[in-house]
Amino acid sequence: MSEVKLMQGNEACAEGAIAAGVRFFGGYPITPSTEIAEYMAVNLPKVGGTFIQMEDEIAGIGVILGASLAGKKALTATSGPGFSLKQELIGYAAIAEIPAVIVNVQRMGPSTGQPTSPAQADIMQARWGTHGDHPMIALSPWTVREAFDVAVKAVNYAERFRTPVIILMDEVVGHLRERVDLPAAHEIQVYPRRVPDKTKAEGYKAYEPMDDLVPNPANFGTGFRIHCTGLVHDETGFPSGSPSVTEKTIKRLHEKIMRVQEEITHYDEFFMDDAEIAVVAFGGTARTAYAAVETARKSGQKVGMIRMMTIWPFADKVIRDLAKKVRKILVPEMNYGQYVYEVERAAAGQARVVSLPKYNAEVFTPDEIQQAIERLAAEVEK
Amino acid sequence: MKDYESLFRTNRLPHIWCPGCGNGIAMKAIAKAIAKLDLDQDKTVIVSGIGCSSRASGYMDFDTLHTAHGRALPFATGIKLANPDLNVIVITGDGDCMAIGGNHFIHACRRNIDLTVVLFNNNIYGMTGGQASPLTPVDKKATTAPYGTFDRPFNPCDVAKTAGATYIARGTAYHAAPLVDLIAQGIQNKGFSFIETLVQCPTSYGRRNKMGNATAMMKHMSETVIPLTAYNRLSAEEQKTKQPSGVLHTDVFPEYAAEYAKIIKQAGGDK
Repeated sequence: MSEVKLMQGNEACAEGAIAAGVRFFGGYPITPSTEIAEYMAVNLPKVGGTFIQMEDEIAGIGVILGASLAGKKALTATSGPGFSLKQELIGYAAIAEIPAVIVNVQRMGPSTGQPTSPAQADIMQARWGTHGDHPMIALSPWTVREAFDVAVKAVNYAERFRTPVIILMDEVVGHLRERVDLPAAHEIQVYPRRVPDKTKAEGYKAYEPMDDLVPNPANFGTGFRIHCTGLVHDETGFPSGSPSVTEKTIKRLHEKIMRVQEEITHYDEFFMDDAEIAVVAFGGTARTAYAAVETARKSGQKVGMIRMMTIWPFADKVIRDLAKKVRKILVPEMNYGQYVYEVERAAAGQARVVSLPKYNAEVFTPDEIQQAIERLAAEVEK
Repeated sequence: MKDYESLFRTNRLPHIWCPGCGNGIAMKAIAKAIAKLDLDQDKTVIVSGIGCSSRASGYMDFDTLHTAHGRALPFATGIKLANPDLNVIVITGDGDCMAIGGNHFIHACRRNIDLTVVLFNNNIYGMTGGQASPLTPVDKKATTAPYGTFDRPFNPCDVAKTAGATYIARGTAYHAAPLVDLIAQGIQNKGFSFIETLVQCPTSYGRRNKMGNATAMMKHMSETVIPLTAYNRLSAEEQKTKQPSGVLHTDVFPEYAAEYAKIIKQAGGDK
């Protein structure tokens, strides 16, 4: 039976994570993500899980990676400055292939910035924040209910692909309270922790990729005596200085995600049937954009909207197809312009891509986006 | 007593350490302590950071985790809390534990979580070629202290005591046999245990400071590191040139993972 509640985005995110099997949270207090830690502190021990407040942001991710290696599904939550500090171990999780979810409830930066006003300015940091080549999955909810769903998906993807997954919320969604109708436990699909497919006697190798290119390193304490390192390693898990092993490893890390790129690209289309202009938006901004597009439609504009849930890997095909269909693409985002350049790349000149940045610590008003749509529409008529 | 050699991944040897390095002696002492206590090899995890010392994890036949620089303790904390049945032993170095990992160290001590930390103290950043560490004594030369160090080093055992560790000991590579017992006692302590182990680094530290070869450096250890009881009999002036060894401090305080189990019970999550 489903359950109707008034919930905050941060709480729904935490609840979704628990529903997906998260039993370990480590973190450090930071606005506007702290409610996730607080929710976990209350609710994890009720289900036999563990909450720990760590001494700093780096420890907050380190502790969940340790817990994940010991067999627990694990999550940490932070915001801008803390997200910067966590980058080091996001890279560790990527190369050592440790399932972990990192929630970043974005706030305005750089540095302490304009605390704790909303922003969507960590789009590129989510993709490239840690050093070195690595793939990334980042999901961004636009409603409180979807914060729950995104958390479930993020935990499942982290486990299935053994990779760090980022939930890229913004303050607007994190602190929003909405009526939510949460699914019952049996309605939620949960991806279980991967386990070794062979015994040691059968030649088990901790980092040997399966058909889906993902390896099955055993949980610590289960008798496999694996070695886990942030050094480039071969299929045994032990370090290798070999150029061919290095190339193979880095390539596989990318390919295990890119081969499912379309499957994990989640988005919504609104009013797109005869649209000549499309608004592409995500997170809190998509809520405003929806209102603006709806109003513009009523006034006769042929405008539609794509709402992205999957931020990374980038929705190449969605935007490529969109650019063939519409003449102009408007990208409102609460930053100086980040996501728009990816849209421009994927559109490849097939449609004109127009940036609508906002970086004054305030959210968009529907008017601002609607006026931008009207300006673009007026150009069409020229 | 179990054969300690069976606790090594012999196919990963020889190790990467320089001739004369003391790390191998310290690593062997850990293996011997584990053998002595007959710990379940499948329920024991070795966690390390980054640096010369931290390569030890790869040679030991357990579940082993070679983390990022300074971060061994947060990972180890996660492992212990996620599965309190595991014995978790941390191998770290003076830079790893007392510089970049210093904040993690004091807080792990404070929590009194049941980890056993063996700090291989070679007084230098060895892997990067001999830079001064927070445990390099005053007036020593390092590549980043070409005119000699002048900043005070930590006494890591004092730091651990102030921060709340419940078992603190100091041993050396020279005193290899008693080191085994010091580590074994640390593993047996249900709480945060810290064993500072002095190891010689003839390549990046001794050579630059004209301390002679490994033998000479170990001889120096034998002369300057003395049992706590003998140390306590010295005058304050005499103590300046010596370091006490053995069990330096013990305390009794609730262990973190056990305390958290009570929280789970209180919240009803144990059912």
